[in-house]
Parts: sequence; C-alpha cells; structure tokens
Amino acid sequence: MARLESVPVTLGASVPSSASAVPATKATSRHSALVRVTHWITTLCFLALLVTGVEILISHPRFYWGETGNNLTTPLFKIPIPSSRNLVPTGYGYVLPDQNGWSRYLHFQAAWLVVLTGLLYVISCLFTGHLRKDLLPGKGDLSWRAFSRVIAKHLRFERPGAAEAWSYNVLQRLSYLFVIFVLFPLVIWTGLAMSPGFVSAFPATVTVFGGQQSARTIHFFVTLALVLFLVVHVGMICVAGFRSRMRAMITGRPNGKNMECT
Amino acid sequence: MTDISRRKLIIGGLAATAGVSGLGVAARIAQKYGLVPPDHGGIYGLGETLTYASQRLLTRHSLAREFSRSQISNPPFANEMAPLNEAYKRLQAAGFADWRLTVDGMVDRPTSFSLAQLKNYPSRSQITHLACEEGWSYIAEWIGVPLSHVLDAVGVQPQARYVAYFSIDTDWWDSVDMADALHPQTFLAYGMNGGELPVGNGGPLRMRVPRQLGYKSVKFITHLTVTDSMKGFGKGLGSMEPEGGYAWYAGV
Repeated sequence: MARLESVPVTLGASVPSSASAVPATKATSRHSALVRVTHWITTLCFLALLVTGVEILISHPRFYWGETGNNLTTPLFKIPIPSSRNLVPTGYGYVLPDQNGWSRYLHFQAAWLVVLTGLLYVISCLFTGHLRKDLLPGKGDLSWRAFSRVIAKHLRFERPGAAEAWSYNVLQRLSYLFVIFVLFPLVIWTGLAMSPGFVSAFPATVTVFGGQQSARTIHFFVTLALVLFLVVHVGMICVAGFRSRMRAMITGRPNGKNMECT
Repeated sequence: MTDISRRKLIIGGLAATAGVSGLGVAARIAQKYGLVPPDHGGIYGLGETLTYASQRLLTRHSLAREFSRSQISNPPFANEMAPLNEAYKRLQAAGFADWRLTVDGMVDRPTSFSLAQLKNYPSRSQITHLACEEGWSYIAEWIGVPLSHVLDAVGVQPQARYVAYFSIDTDWWDSVDMADALHPQTFLAYGMNGGELPVGNGGPLRMRVPRQLGYKSVKFITHLTVTDSMKGFGKGLGSMEPEGGYAWYAGV
C-alpha cells in the first residue's frame, strides 16, 4: 500500500518532492487553523515590536560592542537620524518627540505574546507533523539539481504551479526554518540579554555575546534580517498571487470555492 | 437545538467558567505572593505583570553581575539633568554637612540620619553596570551602605511591602519591593570610583538598584518611607515613572 501511495511522486519527476504533500482531496485546508491563528498573531506582534523598537532606538541611535557604550565612547556605528534626547550628538540641531515610554510597555507586552504564541506553534508543529511534512525539506530537495531548478524559477519570477499552492518549495522551507529556529530565538535571546534582572539570574545569556551592548547590536542586526525576510516574504506572495495566498492564510482555502490556485 | 450543539454549549460554558475562575484564582495567588506590580492596570498591565511575576519567581535572590576594576568606564559618564533647586544649592554651599536622610513609615524607630551617620556604617562597594532604558550604559564602582542595613537600624515592621524613596528634586521619587530593598546590592551610595559621589551622578546620596534600569537609581535621596501599599503615593502606580509612561518595574 505504501508503495502505491508513493507512485505520484516518482512519476512527477519535474515536480519538487516537497509537492508530495499535495492532499488527495483538495477539500482540506491549505493551512491548519493553528498555523493561521499563530501566523497572524505573530504578524501583529512583529509589527508592534518593530515600530516600538524603532521608537526605542531613536532615543539613542548609536551602537557599540562590548559591555558599555555611551555618548563619551566611540560607537561601532551610528544611524544617521536625529534622536529624541538632546544629549546624543547626532549632528542635527533638533530632537524628535520622545515616544520611549509607551513604546517600551508595548514592546514587552508584544514580546510576551509572540513568545507564548511561538511556543504554542513550535510545540504543536512537533506533534502534528507540520515540521516534518511542511517545513523540513524532502530528501530529493537538497540535491544541487533540485536546488538550482528552484532558484532558476525564482530568478525568472515564475509563478508557482498548482502543486506549490499546496506545499512549500525548498527555498521557502529553508527560509521558514531559519526564521523560526534561528532568527526568532536569537532576537528573543539578545533581548533577554539586555535585561538587567534576567541576566542577574542567568549571566551567561549576555556574557556569550561579549556584553550587554554587543547583545543590543546583535538584536538590531537580527531585526534587520527579520525585516528583510518580511519584505521578501510579502514580495513572493505578490508574485505567487496575493489574493489566493492571503485567502489561504486567512480562511485556509486558497481560492474560495474554486480550489485551483493560479 | 440538536444534541451536539447543546453538548458544545455546555462544554464551552464550563470551559469559560473554569477559565475565568482560573484567572481569578491565579490573580489572587499572584497578589498574595507579591507578584503583581503597582502599575498592573491599563492595557499594558498584563505584560508588566508577567514580567514582574516571572522575574520575582526566577531572580528574587540572584546577584547583578560585578566587574573588575579595569572594566570601569573611563571617562566616567554622567547623564544630563535638570538644574538643581534652591534647597539643594543651599546644602551644597555648606558642603552637604546638613544633608539628612529621613526614614519613616512602617518602621519601629523613625530616624533622620546625617551623611556622617550613614558613612559610619560598614561601607560596601560594588562594580556594576548601569544601563539606561534609552540604550547607553556605563560601569562604575559604587560605594555606600546597603539599604538593608539602614532598614535593619530603623526596624521594618512585618507588614512592609515597599520602600518608597524621594529625591530633594520635587516630583522625583520611586519605590522598590522588599525583595529589592533587602537585596545585598541595593545601596544608598555616597561614593563612586574611589572618591565622593559627584553631583552629576547624584551626590551626595543616591539609590543604586543594579538589577534594574538606571532610572530606578534616583539621585539626591533625602527621604525613605516604608509602606504596605503604594496607593497613597502620587497616582498609586508605584512611582512617578508610570505617570510619565514608563514601567514601575525596570528589571525588564
């Protein structure tokens, strides 16, 4: 029986093996309810964290390496924007409005929500097989030939076929894995490494980075990587078909009653 | 109404009741064990309570990192501050000889200390990191008397839950819970980097709470009040910081 089920995969040689996840009947959801709900909570939290993070950054748009850094020390680099505090030597003759207070409250509230949501997602994706079926690349996907084929398709801005409306291609899988298991843990970790209370209990959290200011600098770069991911992610959705992809992530069905997704 | 929808309704109702009463019980327990910060109201209250409660469970007795003498920031840093008031300038002109620290509230022996009296206690020093919520930081050596020594001297009553502290600068005040007030690294600091505490760094007397962000380390301290509730202070949010939009608990 198992051999019979694997037949479509071997036949469809031109289809990446990730597409083996195409359901037999297309009446099932493209994305499970849990994936959809956690996706949109994460989206909201990320936007809140990003906006408030920028507001916090404006109060001191300088970055350092090591344990300490202030207006009297040489920065690693500066963001060429005015600050919300007039003691910061920015080269501008004016200061921006200070939005640090509510930004910090919202930053940490959104951080709590996204961490709890992320935990729910990661635990459930281990138990439901979402990680194995949808995220880990298939065996054939990691060969150079398969890889270069997917990259070539991307470089031509080719619209994905029907199979890919039901399954992630290998580049998607790798980038989602990287975001979920590298960037998000790292941005949470470097955030905690800036907490004087947290590091008093777990000092290694910050010492592995070489200091609190190093953690702050890494926090900034990981944020840039996450923003880059967001831009490419939204760009790819536009290429693949914004309406059908959005509908799939909201309702679970790519194209309303009509299951074709092209 | 079909059977299934009735069953769903009953289960849903029971789950909702259990959820709400569970939250209620959790809130009561959290309140009892001092896991709810004074600024727990409002839209950001949940995040603040989660942060404060989890840190109180994880970090009650942990020690802030201490550094070696070679790591002390050079040149030493002092943040900008508003011009000091007349009361301060008068005391400064007299070399701070008449600076007093009044301790009152829920204590057995309300006392007014002179700086000399505070300096007669065994002095302690720590080389710790001071991080501002804006993003900058520096390391300095702080010399002073642990707040717990002063509290022992005046006899804190068992119902005490917070120590509020006030600067000579009007409208500059804050508070810490007893876990931080009795913490061995919470200092009334009168010295820095081997010398007197400079005016720019809060001289002659400032609070140092190294497990929290810099804004909890209020400068120019003249008054401490031990209390069981922050309700009667300002807007009842624990300090002037939440009134300006910043969190009361700054361990983050």
